[in-house]
Amino acid sequence: MRVSATERTLNYAILIGFSLVVLTPVASILAAAFGPANASAAREGAFHPENFATAWVEGRFGQYMGTSVLVAVVVVSLAVVLSILSGYAFGTMRFRGEQALFYLFLLGIMVPAEAIIVPLFFDLRTFGLTDTVWAVALPQVAQSVAFGTYWMRAYFKSVNPSIMDAARVDGASKGRILFSILVPMGRPAITTMVVLMFMWTWNEFLIPLVMSPSGEFRTAPLGLAFFQGQYTQGTALLAAAAVMVALPVVVLYFLMQRHFIKGMLEGAVKE
Amino acid sequence: MRALPRASSTSGAPGRHTARQGHAITPYLFIAPAFIIYAAFMLYPLARAVHLSLYDWDGLTLATFVGAGNYTGILADARLRAAFGHAGAFIFFYAVLPCGLGLVLAAVLTRAKARGLALFRTLVFLPQVIAMVVVSVAFKQIYAPDGLLNSGLRSIGLDGLTRAWLGDYVFSLPAVGLIGSWVSTGLVTVLLLAGMARIPTELFEAARLDGAGAVREFLYIIVPSVRAELTVALTLTIVASLKTFDLIYMTTSGGPGSSTTVPSYEVYRRAFETGQVGSAAAIGVTLTIIIFLVTLAVNRVSERGA
Repeated sequence: MRVSATERTLNYAILIGFSLVVLTPVASILAAAFGPANASAAREGAFHPENFATAWVEGRFGQYMGTSVLVAVVVVSLAVVLSILSGYAFGTMRFRGEQALFYLFLLGIMVPAEAIIVPLFFDLRTFGLTDTVWAVALPQVAQSVAFGTYWMRAYFKSVNPSIMDAARVDGASKGRILFSILVPMGRPAITTMVVLMFMWTWNEFLIPLVMSPSGEFRTAPLGLAFFQGQYTQGTALLAAAAVMVALPVVVLYFLMQRHFIKGMLEGAVKE
Repeated sequence: MRALPRASSTSGAPGRHTARQGHAITPYLFIAPAFIIYAAFMLYPLARAVHLSLYDWDGLTLATFVGAGNYTGILADARLRAAFGHAGAFIFFYAVLPCGLGLVLAAVLTRAKARGLALFRTLVFLPQVIAMVVVSVAFKQIYAPDGLLNSGLRSIGLDGLTRAWLGDYVFSLPAVGLIGSWVSTGLVTVLLLAGMARIPTELFEAARLDGAGAVREFLYIIVPSVRAELTVALTLTIVASLKTFDLIYMTTSGGPGSSTTVPSYEVYRRAFETGQVGSAAAIGVTLTIIIFLVTLAVNRVSERGA
């Protein structure tokens, strides 16, 4: 296809213009994060990387990041193992109620956290589970398992059945076929799932907000919300804190962007 | 190997999936662990939400059965009617506007075969991975009285337009909505770019031979070819718009007045701040039903048009 020089210039103008629209908020928060936190800091210069250390300590982000890491590890490891197991059954076996059960799992992809959060809070409070890692993590495991089952089923269905048949002829059990052949083969699909689940868990807000009423079990995004409420004047420390909260997922995104984009695009495509 | 084999390629092969060894219970054993957690923390609470929504309950004292009272209450309560109305506005900002922009943008880029497309893709997708709380903090500073937007307006002599954007009864809703547009547009564009990359070049060549201009090419070749991607984009972004909670919680708390409140935020406010638990559950259930219906409708329209 040939396009004229004017059109080509116009195209690049659009490309650059749109990139600028996307980058401006990112650049502005980075600029604010390195800016002076108060008038006395402003006299000492314009570049203040120490804001990050100050925000880290004053906002207790050491504790909140630790909580976030713990929640993420629990949610991702549980959800990945459970999804591989259930996806394997849905993708390679036939059984009664297969379709109905699968649709039941699909339901969970659409149900918003807003619908389940109210009864979950009151029921878990009755059991004394609020303000524990389980109240924050298990509802997110349920959400992730819904997606994971769907995602892993698609992978297992895509595997050439002759591979499984050959292993079965050699006398390998279903569990052995799964863990020695299919899981190693499925590393790309599993990596994509891990990356997505990590992002969703790290960025989740409503569930940890409601499930930790005392604030003892605050994750990093909640710590940021709380920090915003405490420090109403001065934007530098808040901006620095925001950058720190976003950083783990953003760094992972730049390292593994193919997985992010592929997962979010293909994960949504209906069968 | 980066590319995942597509699900459709082999799934129809006959003769597989036979549970011939007779271990009829095996598949259930594999599903059980996932199902138990899923049932306990998703299905059961969902059923409980429906149950709770039929009661008037403050979260502490005894509940009274009110039947559909909480649902009719949604229609009767001006604040809730406003919340659902704002959800409609958010669908525009999160879904309709980004899909329009994304279509044009992706079409231009596909036509141009521009270089630097990979970098562009990486950049425009970035808003999707940044935690919404962080996005909120960034935009709150931009919309602040002495923030980037107002200084920009002042610098070009438009002092008259400056205002506290998030504190304004008229402008707070579009101001918050545009944050959603900022988040969604990249996702939509990347999705549509992938779809347009699959259009065979001959199609464009044939159209050019017939003397079709850029606009007709866009309307008669590009848009129909990405119908499936557009459906996915609309579904994803509409669902995201209906689940907007963090953004409202962080930027406006539904204010000023009730001018930016949305159903998700009302669920939280009623259940955990004003002690109207039954009503909160009813809003959550209604929201779920709306999400289902919208998803169904978008996919139906797309199929019928195909």
